[in-house]
Amino acid sequence: MRTLIYLLIGILFGITMFKSEAASWFRIYEMFKFESFHMYGIIGSALVLGILVTQSIKRFDIKSFYGEKIVFTPKAKSFSRYLIGGIIFGLGWALAGACPGPMFTLVGAGYVPILVVIAAAIVGTFAYGIVKDKIPH
Amino acid sequence: MNLIYEPWPWYIAGPMIALILFLLLMVGKNFGMSSNLRTLCTLCGAGKTTDFFKFDWKSQKWNLIVVLGAIIGGYIGAHFLSNTTAVVLNPETISDLKTFGFESAGTAYLPTEMFATTALGSLKNLVLLVLGGLFVGFGARYAGGCTSGHAISGLSNLQLPSLIAVIGFFIGGLSMIHLIFPILF
Repeated sequence: MRTLIYLLIGILFGITMFKSEAASWFRIYEMFKFESFHMYGIIGSALVLGILVTQSIKRFDIKSFYGEKIVFTPKAKSFSRYLIGGIIFGLGWALAGACPGPMFTLVGAGYVPILVVIAAAIVGTFAYGIVKDKIPH
Repeated sequence: MNLIYEPWPWYIAGPMIALILFLLLMVGKNFGMSSNLRTLCTLCGAGKTTDFFKFDWKSQKWNLIVVLGAIIGGYIGAHFLSNTTAVVLNPETISDLKTFGFESAGTAYLPTEMFATTALGSLKNLVLLVLGGLFVGFGARYAGGCTSGHAISGLSNLQLPSLIAVIGFFIGGLSMIHLIFPILF
């Protein structure tokens, strides 16, 4: 049953990414050129509602559908890892035109070369795991 | 009903993303897609090389199922819910992209120069796809999250680290488009 719920949430996410064109390389390019409000509208409105959702859950101690406490793990304090990691991610995001969610949506939409991007992203993640202790965090 | 077949405007897509965040929280999970890349490393046996990948991947099975759903959703969106998938861009963006050699701008969902199956025959394109993927994978894990984990989940939880990461995303993205693209294309 829970598996089915995760699957349905994923399907909803995939449809939304495809239909909103957030999975389009062109939209990412246009966003970084500041030539359209579209992506900013998507992220901005998701964020405003996301803050409402998250802060309401915390403030009113809303329980999950299963009656459990909803736990938010604060991000570890640091500066360099977020800034440097973020910049590296941003370079890839703009070049590949896809972040780790939409990448998979594009597989379903039938774009074969995105598999190269996904394979490389897995290798990139692996490379991070290897050098993790040698780079500033 | 026809509206579903048109591209969805931002004021539908944004609330849908917030709904997905809400649903995941309400089933006791978090919205973050890049952690799946780490799980996939572990599934490929990376746990043998370094502790970072030594964890019980089954604890992340739910997120892999979300990914499976995202793939199915992409199929449904492209094959059943779209009359046309050409992205209507700002005319300036289109003329800009044409000077870079992206003739498909304004007529396709993804640039055919990069994402048509035949584009795999171009060595330069292959290198760019690999580099893009490497940076996304490495950067997301270094930063501890991607667009969903930081820009949506983290900022919704008012996390300063997420704000720093998102600023980083933009420094990287803007540098790529404005400084590096003119060299690459």
